[in-house]
Formats: sequence, structure tokens, C-alpha cells
Amino acid sequence: MTSTPSQAVAAPSLWRRLQTGSIEQLHVRLESLIVLIVLAGIMAMLSPYFLSVSNFMNILLATSTIGVLAIAATFVIGSGGLDLSLGSVMGFSGVVGAYVGVNWGMPMPIAVLACIGAGALAGFVNGTIVTRAFVPAFIVTLGMLGIARGLALVISDGRVIYGLPQAMVYLGQGRPLGIPMPVIIFVTTAVIMHCVLAYTRYGRHTLAIGDSENAARTAGINIEHHRRTLYTLSGALAGLGGLLFTARINAGDPTAGLTYELTAITAAIIGGTNLFGGRGSILGTMVGALIMGVLQNGLNLLAVQSYYQQMAIGAVLILAVFIDQYQLRKETRV
Amino acid sequence: MTLLDVKGITKSFGAVHVLHGVDFRVKAGEVVGLVGDNGAGKSTLMKIVTGIYTADAGTIELEGKPILGFDPGERRSLGIEMIYQDLALAKQQDVAANIFLGREPVRKVLGMDFVDRATMKREAQAMIDRLGARLPAISRPVGSFSGGQQQSVAIARALTFNPKVVIMDEPTAALAVREVQGVLDLIRQLKSEGIGVILISHRLNDVLSVTDRIVVLRQGRATANLTTADTDMAEVVSAIVGGNDMAEAAEHEARG
Repeated sequence: MTSTPSQAVAAPSLWRRLQTGSIEQLHVRLESLIVLIVLAGIMAMLSPYFLSVSNFMNILLATSTIGVLAIAATFVIGSGGLDLSLGSVMGFSGVVGAYVGVNWGMPMPIAVLACIGAGALAGFVNGTIVTRAFVPAFIVTLGMLGIARGLALVISDGRVIYGLPQAMVYLGQGRPLGIPMPVIIFVTTAVIMHCVLAYTRYGRHTLAIGDSENAARTAGINIEHHRRTLYTLSGALAGLGGLLFTARINAGDPTAGLTYELTAITAAIIGGTNLFGGRGSILGTMVGALIMGVLQNGLNLLAVQSYYQQMAIGAVLILAVFIDQYQLRKETRV
Repeated sequence: MTLLDVKGITKSFGAVHVLHGVDFRVKAGEVVGLVGDNGAGKSTLMKIVTGIYTADAGTIELEGKPILGFDPGERRSLGIEMIYQDLALAKQQDVAANIFLGREPVRKVLGMDFVDRATMKREAQAMIDRLGARLPAISRPVGSFSGGQQQSVAIARALTFNPKVVIMDEPTAALAVREVQGVLDLIRQLKSEGIGVILISHRLNDVLSVTDRIVVLRQGRATANLTTADTDMAEVVSAIVGGNDMAEAAEHEARG
């Protein structure tokens, strides 16, 4: 209740101004940006191979599939929801795309549509059950995690589907102007989805719903409809992730994307998405995904065992949320 | 001229009958107090007017047009605004985002509709200034503001789009004395602009000082419709607690 006058007149410190500037202009938390830059600096000092265009492309390529899933995770978590089926739906979509392209012999555009459509359909089912049957998103998407994985195994008969159409493989392995296709698709998607989340009514409403359902409802936003479109979008993006993965390895693997949902959620949270909704940006999530990518890439270059990489990422996740909570406690009245 | 006409509204939540056919009218430029004990159905009735709840039976007309078929967003654009007791703010969003939530102005960029942040900020600042509210910074999340400051944002949200009817649910309950006067002055100003105001409040002094009429809800019925100029605290209190029990009413009044 008490508003201290000093708080209103005190000139904000440089750090404070940088923080607000970073969030307002870039929609990225200053802390994540600094962590990314420092991390890249350390890796550059430790390994002579780190700072090169080709290594930068490697990092982006390795991040592309997870990155697309992390975009989906940002939207859903930002709205106060959760999609645990991302990895499974990705595997399912990849298998559907491969099946349509190989077993049905359909041309690339049809296979691509089937791939993304299969993901969107799974997401639509998630969204419909969450909003119409009032089953918590955690349960619905956990169920879908099992169902989509099972479907992928049923469709492919538990085997990897080889021999995709050439045009489809190009989406995963092509390098126009030396830039890998998955990187082009991933970055384009990220830019578009960043604009959608940060600058459109759809995006603003997504975060408002995650912030306060009550506020959104009384403002006249149709929450159920919005939620359903979000889960459908999430599924479609998982489908796109499945497409990138399938095209890159030139095979429909029913076990693709196992536990990817956890990595995607981690990237979103490290990037500053509020686990309980209301805050998040795609640029922030990209920074989160790159922090993980740089960490993995750097440790690979330094020939550190991958077991330690998992530990490092786990520690970064906890640290990111700790900083977040610390700031939140300091700043807001709850 | 009747602005808002509520007729025969009934509402049950499962086996609990909250409203048993409530009639209620507001004219343009009229301030109507809606009072009653806890559980009398005040907030439920108002949430039916704004469309958050659906009525089981009855009609609601705004300027002679039935509105029960519209969703909350459409009713807002028709001119029905409500300031909720819990303020219904999105606490991690900034002032402009809250004021314009659901009605963000857009401009086309490359064929896509982008939210016009500059316009939002400018108009939000203008509205806050008009209300005479002092906020630390308009670009900060509203969750970092004090209760009174948050209240100002909620009021600004309700007044920015030229409403015809403004419903205020306990707008003074959480405010300091000076801030209460500010809200009462604001209600008088809205009245002078021809806006219909419905004031839900337990502070009967506020209600008596600012309203034209007082409607008393008791156990889901509008049991009294009093002209403020011709009534007094005793009559209002007795209507709230039940007209027959004057002894209890007198005691209630004596307590203040």
C-alpha cells in the first residue's frame, strides 16, 4: 500500500537502465545476454576453433531442431500452459512425413504438409482436451507424449524409414550460399514467431492469459479458443522440428525427439520465460537455446565428456531460475 | 432515459440459487448504489451484466438493445465497463498493456497487424494524467505498484474507451482516505459526462454521499429501491439486514 516517494524520484542506475532497455527493446533479459557473451568469450579463449564462421554454423545447426521446439514451448508456457508432448509429436510427425514421402511416394510439398499437419493435429487434440474437458495440460500432454510415440512406432512398424524424396532431404542437408537449410528455416521461423509473440495482439494476449486468466477473461479475450490455437501451434512447430530432423538424417526415425521436450523447456526457461506464464520472448528463448548450444559445442571442442555437458546445462537451468526468482522477490509485491 | 435495463435475472450455481429474478435500471448520468450483505448476489449480478457469467433467465438491455447474446468483449465495445474488486490486472504486463488489453490498436506492417505500442503508451499516459494518478513509470509491470496505483490503472482501463455504463465493485475498499475522495470525485465527474455508474460498496457513507438511487439486494432479490435524497442510513441498513428486524438494524447502524 505504501508507495515510497524516493522510489519514484531516484534516478535509475546504469545497470537498471540497461536491464529495462534490454527487456523493452530486445525482449531479452540482460542477464541471459551477458551469460551468453561471457560463455562465448570463455570458449573462444579456451579453443582456437570456437570463433569461426563454420563453427558458428555448427552451433546453429545443432540448435535448429531444439530451437524450433523451444519456440513452441515459449508460447505454451508463456500462456500458463505446458506441452510435454513436443518431443514425441516431433518423432510422430517425422515418421508421418517419411511414410507419406516414401511408402506413398508423394512429392516433397505433400510430405512436408503431412509432417507439419500431423503435428498440428496432435496439438489440436491436446488443446481441445485441455480447454473442453478441463483435464490439466500436464496430464493431457503427458498422455499425448505416450500416444504420439506409440503411433510413431505403429506407423513405422518400429523401424526407421529410409529413402526420402531428394527434395525433402535438401531441406535438411542443402546449403544454399553455404548456410545449412535447417538453419535458414529455424532462423526464419524464430524471427517470425518473435514478431508474433512480441508485437501482435495474438502474442500479447498469449502472455496476458498466462499472467492472469481473470484479467484476460474480463478484458473479453476468448481464453478457451486462444489456448486451443496455442496447442495447435505448438504441435505444428513440433511437426516442423520433426521435418528438420527427418530431412537432416534422411530417415524417419520413430524414436526421434526422445526427451527433447525437456531440453526445449529448459531453453525457454533459461531464456527468461516465466514457468508459470505471463512473460517470455522468442529472442530470449533463442539466447537460452544458444547458451546451451555454445556450452555443448565448446565442451565438445574441449573434448569434455558429454556426461559433464548434461550436468552443466542442468546447473545453468537452476541458476537461471534462481536469478529470476531473486529479481522477482526484490521487485514485485505478490 | 433508461440506459441499462435489467429484468428478471435468475442465476443458480448448482443447487445454490443466487439470484431470484432481479430487476434493475440505470439512467444516463445516474449513479446507482448497489448494496447488500455478503452473498446477496451483487457481484454475481454485475458479472452477468458484463457477460462473465450467463444468466439462467431474464433480459438485459443497453439503450433498448438486448445484450445477453454478446460475449464479454462485445459488451465492452458496446460500452459496459467494470472495475473489479480484485482489479483483474495482468501484473507482469505494463500499464499500457493492461489498459489496452483486448483492444490494442494495430497498424499494418508488411500486411501483418502489429500492436501500435507508441499510440498505446501515449494514450495510456494521457489517461493516467487525466485521472491525476501518480505512477513511478508507465513502462513498469503493474505488479510493482502500490494498491492505490494499481487501482488507478484498473480505473484507467475502464474509462479509456468512452464507456456508457461503468460498474465499480468496492472501488474504495482498499484505499486510503485521500484516495477514496479521489474515486468519489471521479464518480461525480462521470455522472456529469452522462455516464451511468453502478457503485457496489459496503461503505454506506460513500454510497449515500455520491449516489442518486440505492438498490438493496437481499437474498437474491432487489428488495428496496431508494432515492438517496429521501433516505437515510437507518432505512438503508434496515433494508440490507431485513426490514422487520429493526432492533438488529438499529444496532448495526449504531456500530457505524
